[in-house]
Amino acid sequence: MTDILADAPGREADFAAALKDLSFTGILAASAFAAAAAFSLIWDDVGDWGRTREFALILAGVAAGLFLASVLAPWHAGLAAKVTHRAPWALALGLFFAAWEITTAKFNILPQPFFPPPQAIFEVFTDDFAKLGASILASVKLHATGYAIGAVAGFLLGVSIGWSRAVGYWAHPILRFVGPLPATAWLPIAFFVFPTSHSASVFLIALATAFPTTVLTWSGIAAVPSAYYDIARTLGANSRFLVLKVAIPAALPHVFVGLFMGLGSSFAVLVVAELLGVKAGLGWYLQWAQGWASYANMYAALLVMTVLCSTLMTILFRLRDRVLSWQKGIVKW
Amino acid sequence: MVTAALRTEPAPATPRQADPLGLSIRGVSHQFDLDGGILPVLDDVSLDAAPGEFVALLGPSGCGKSTLLRLVAGLDRPTRGEVLGDGQAITAPHPSRVVVFQDPTLYPWRTVWRNVSLGLEAQGILSRERGRVEAALNLVGLGAFAKAYPHQLSGGMAQRVALARALVNDPRLLVLDEPLGKLDSLTRLQMQSELVSLWQRAGFTALLVTHDVEEALFMADRVIVFSDRPARVAADVRVDLPHPRHRGDLRFGELRRLILGHLGLEATW
Repeated sequence: MTDILADAPGREADFAAALKDLSFTGILAASAFAAAAAFSLIWDDVGDWGRTREFALILAGVAAGLFLASVLAPWHAGLAAKVTHRAPWALALGLFFAAWEITTAKFNILPQPFFPPPQAIFEVFTDDFAKLGASILASVKLHATGYAIGAVAGFLLGVSIGWSRAVGYWAHPILRFVGPLPATAWLPIAFFVFPTSHSASVFLIALATAFPTTVLTWSGIAAVPSAYYDIARTLGANSRFLVLKVAIPAALPHVFVGLFMGLGSSFAVLVVAELLGVKAGLGWYLQWAQGWASYANMYAALLVMTVLCSTLMTILFRLRDRVLSWQKGIVKW
Repeated sequence: MVTAALRTEPAPATPRQADPLGLSIRGVSHQFDLDGGILPVLDDVSLDAAPGEFVALLGPSGCGKSTLLRLVAGLDRPTRGEVLGDGQAITAPHPSRVVVFQDPTLYPWRTVWRNVSLGLEAQGILSRERGRVEAALNLVGLGAFAKAYPHQLSGGMAQRVALARALVNDPRLLVLDEPLGKLDSLTRLQMQSELVSLWQRAGFTALLVTHDVEEALFMADRVIVFSDRPARVAADVRVDLPHPRHRGDLRFGELRRLILGHLGLEATW
């Protein structure tokens, strides 16, 4: 492009300098989104989807935003860095939406109704939000209850096993025998032992969380160097101080590994419990949508689940970064 | 970094005067029960340290000196014999007898300030004695590093923090278990002088374990030489030199030769 502008005199030279910093990938990404919007509007849908116009307008809005950001980038260093960093992903997404639109709603290349167009999933969020929102709330409440109980119980049990020989003697064999069994294997039993499917699910989610949390907390306490205790003891510490101010802080990095592992398995149990027994929540919504062959609703529920799980992971990472800020070389999420 | 910090500090703060502890070790033997055997580490050791005295325990590596320190600190009980502080049997750790180990063993999750305040916090007197933390930090020249975390410190700085963590308790007996063993030789020489000056100003009784003859002679009033394991007292040498001492001194050399002789190393002289 420099040879095209090489003989441009005076004012155009300034413009050329600015043009050099312009994010072409950003403009390409804007074009891809614009194309996706145009396809949605120009061609008629092969099926009956109610929110094609609105969805196209959103695509057009994204395209306009990307275009503005790309054009303004040369005059704003912070914006330029963001645009340069994100433009390749934006381009890929724009192309993906365009391709998705063409292969589904416009030319029916992918078999319907298994692969709904993006506007169909969008329509779920706009037109079925009451039911979807209630499911989100139910899932979040169920998961939060189970995970909190499991995390607290696992932490306390892990500290007790690591600290007390007697607790270790009794708990260790049980933990070794029962712990490795996936919590979902208890599902049939839990559903008739507990009075409600909700309390059974809370128990199972707590169980799935507690096992890794217990084991990692315990190993963290066991790994505390004895010199840490010697130091505190010569300085006048009692055993309460040794547990609360020495053993637990020293074990916290391990505890967080346990909490991460527990979070992963608790998601699995949550979804299975909701698919099989609980009459609310995203897993149930998924099941219900499949029963009605509403594939768009299924994708919407999956999308929400993805966002929720990822958000919870992020929150736990943030919490860890805050609590363990004294560690160096901590992994960024 | 260390020297820079030292230069920016004001004149060294004056430590509070300790009421030094008189230490008495009477016929102490100690052994470890290992898998399928007994390992004797101390064999009928008797020695005294007068209140305010600086005594160095010198001996080959692994001879059992550190075990003796653990007994003095009250972290372990001797198999036979008794360890007395001011005539009372030492049976448990107490903040008046603080140990500085070879590794600084700072808590990595605590800032320098909170590491130094550990003893006061454990004794439940931190809220009314906060000023002592800063005083101890200034004493070792690290007042400017109160908010740093241990992983940000050099080896010498970390060991100074460990020293401040001990001194903040106004110990009557300071037990030093090769505290300079892992420092580079320059920092080591500097800290030997600093420790002597701290001991002179604060007046505590000091018990230093080392395997460095020169270090023992440079710092202590008396050097007690131990044999190989199981450790027995092989010699008790009084260092009749005033502070500050000089390594090139004629008498220093004589004492050095004498002690190396007790260690069976005359040939190296």
